[in-house]
Amino acid sequence: MEAHAQQPAADRSETSDASALSKLPLWVVAGGVIALILAVLLTIAVVGDDTLPDRLGPPIEELAVERTELSPNRIELTVRNTGPDPVQVAQAFVADAYVDFEGADDPIGRLGSETVALDFPWQEGQPYLVSLVTSTGLVIEHEIPAAVATPEPDGGLFALMALLGLYVGVIPVTLGMLLLPAMRRFRPDWIRLVMAVTVGLLALLAVDATLEGLEIAGASGGAFGGAELVLLGAGIAYLALTGVDRFLRGRRERAEGAGAGGGQLALMVAIGIGLHNMGEGLAIGSAYAIGELALGAALVVGFAIHNTTEGFAIVAPLVREQPSLRRLAGLGLIAGAPAILGAILGASVTNSELSALLLGLGVGAVVQVIVQIAPAMKDSAGRTLDALTTAGIAGGMIAFYLTGLLISV
Amino acid sequence: MVVETPTGGTADGSAEPGDDKLGGRLSRRRLLVSGLVAGPALAALHEALPHQGIHTVLGGEQHPAALAATGHGSSHASTTSAPSAATDAHLNGLGTAGATFRGGAAVDHRANGFNPTEILRDFDYGKTTRLPSGRILREWQLIASDKEIEVAPGVKFPAWTYNGRVPGPTLRCREGELLRIRFVNGSAHPHTVHFHGLHPSAMDGVPGAGDGIIDSGKSTVYEFNAEPFGLHLYHCHVSPLAEHIARGMYGTFIVDPKEGRPDADEMVMVQNGWNTTFDAEGNQLYAVNAIPFHYVNEPVQVSRDELVRIYLVNILEYDPINSFHVHGNFFNYFPTGTSLTPTEFTDTVIQGQAQRGILEIRFPNPGQFMFHAHKTEFADLGWMGFFEVG
Repeated sequence: MEAHAQQPAADRSETSDASALSKLPLWVVAGGVIALILAVLLTIAVVGDDTLPDRLGPPIEELAVERTELSPNRIELTVRNTGPDPVQVAQAFVADAYVDFEGADDPIGRLGSETVALDFPWQEGQPYLVSLVTSTGLVIEHEIPAAVATPEPDGGLFALMALLGLYVGVIPVTLGMLLLPAMRRFRPDWIRLVMAVTVGLLALLAVDATLEGLEIAGASGGAFGGAELVLLGAGIAYLALTGVDRFLRGRRERAEGAGAGGGQLALMVAIGIGLHNMGEGLAIGSAYAIGELALGAALVVGFAIHNTTEGFAIVAPLVREQPSLRRLAGLGLIAGAPAILGAILGASVTNSELSALLLGLGVGAVVQVIVQIAPAMKDSAGRTLDALTTAGIAGGMIAFYLTGLLISV
Repeated sequence: MVVETPTGGTADGSAEPGDDKLGGRLSRRRLLVSGLVAGPALAALHEALPHQGIHTVLGGEQHPAALAATGHGSSHASTTSAPSAATDAHLNGLGTAGATFRGGAAVDHRANGFNPTEILRDFDYGKTTRLPSGRILREWQLIASDKEIEVAPGVKFPAWTYNGRVPGPTLRCREGELLRIRFVNGSAHPHTVHFHGLHPSAMDGVPGAGDGIIDSGKSTVYEFNAEPFGLHLYHCHVSPLAEHIARGMYGTFIVDPKEGRPDADEMVMVQNGWNTTFDAEGNQLYAVNAIPFHYVNEPVQVSRDELVRIYLVNILEYDPINSFHVHGNFFNYFPTGTSLTPTEFTDTVIQGQAQRGILEIRFPNPGQFMFHAHKTEFADLGWMGFFEVG
């Protein structure tokens, strides 16, 4: 009996302890836990080194070249230490000749960045291999495929980039939107076909941008990640646009008791394409900055044809609406103008990680747009994919692919 | 890039890829060294004149001395293209004047424990005793050790050395003597000493012959006759052979002919390289007597019209050939030094690895004369220097 009597007593005391803890204010409990975590981390940071052996191998020295600037008799590399150990640039040679240089006097710490300015009489159009020799004799190489003077980031450059952005972004998108009146006369089946073509266009656009983003990310040194930046951008853009869409839709439903209208869909498409065009502008701008962009009619016309398909995608959801001209112009600007911003960014401050992230944003946005448009392909029986829409999607993909052949950045 | 033409006008060199191949190269490099030698004077010039003008000059072809004399300056400054002057205002303008280490800096010879200027004329005659037969016995001690060497300013290389220096001591003897070399391996790695010359198989310093590989902490004695007379070398012969050589285990071995050679200002030059990345594909640094650009910073001092004898050895690993070229002068060449009659009167010789030869040269004109590998890639990567004829 005694044993029985004691047992419940013990239980009671435990429950009262637990309730005492639960009676504490939340901030005290949370604060206590956080303090404990910090204390443990701090302890590990202090004593961890002493409890673990040193690394077996030599120091790991890594430098990623984030930006290359060429001016007469001078090559400037902005490098970032992407490895775990400090890197001291001791000497440098270009095309197998040691050169004088400035910058990076002290070791560069992890994630630290320095600019080294090398004194070298480079010749326009020639390839160069720049080699940085570290204090341990390691050679970190950077290839300049073709030396071209880096344009000064002045008003003239910005104006040129704005013009390029206008040519490849705003004008083609607006041209594509001119199809709206014709599309209004379409029978419902044709509208479904138009939507399917749009989905096809956008699907290949997403694939195209993903590949480009991964390529650029692969070329970066990866201080801030490479390929995952593209996926991160895509995920963020997709989630953000979905969130915005749900928010707008909820407001509309409360106001009008109706579902998502064509106008809103068009806006979402425009935003998605706008994000994509920013990435495209960035690629154009940075290609120009390193002298790889052949300016001229072929480029502009190629982009015009290619991006006209984007304008078509924006107005496709509007066939049953009567949008004002101002609204149409606004959509065109949202979709096209980011190309201007992208081009300026690309020509002046670009680095490959930023490009990868922005291209990723574009991908997420485009995928989100596809998800939004897909319901508009449904037939009267509620099927999304039938002979008509599959043909349309395939046609859209082929159109994007073929027009894409006209441009190469 | 603005290039000063001989007539005093300027030409935009960037449009002319081949503009600096001939005369330009010579004069620019002379200019570079003049600048280094006349350091204080140039520094004063640098302070006194607008940067723009100075950099034009350094990028151009005119000699600083001539410059100072003619009181140039504004005329040059006015011909400099604006972007060039603006962008390289903080660099010292050596880019077109010739290859150089950062800021023309030198390594810490004291920390290295040797200085190529001293190695140049440092002949180690060893310790001699007369044997009962009347023959001379000459003895040396070589100690292998592992040592970190600053091979370029700020660049450390984990070298393996004989007697703590690269190249190892220049062992010098006379034809017919008995030679005894005690080798102590103080390195953490197994080594040998393999001499070029005539000797018994057991004295060959290769694995499996005589004492074979000498492990860390062990020692041996190599003994053989000094023959044939000429210029030879010695090096470690443990596998991987290329690495043991590339790490610095080599030196010069001179056997003088019985009758000797004519009196001369004698020096030894060992052409070598440093593969700092250890990828066994070429070298990142090239030099004579271990330190790249050393004789640019400290030109080899010689006297006008005096006979100069250079014992030139090529031990360069990972590259098939090396070469020696002197500006403005010719030399008699004695391949391997085994004949007292020269085979050629020239200004350039090519040597494969372990090839060597004696150069006899008289400098008829005073001033500075460049010498470098006429594998110019090696020159730009460190294998260049100057004779200063006084």
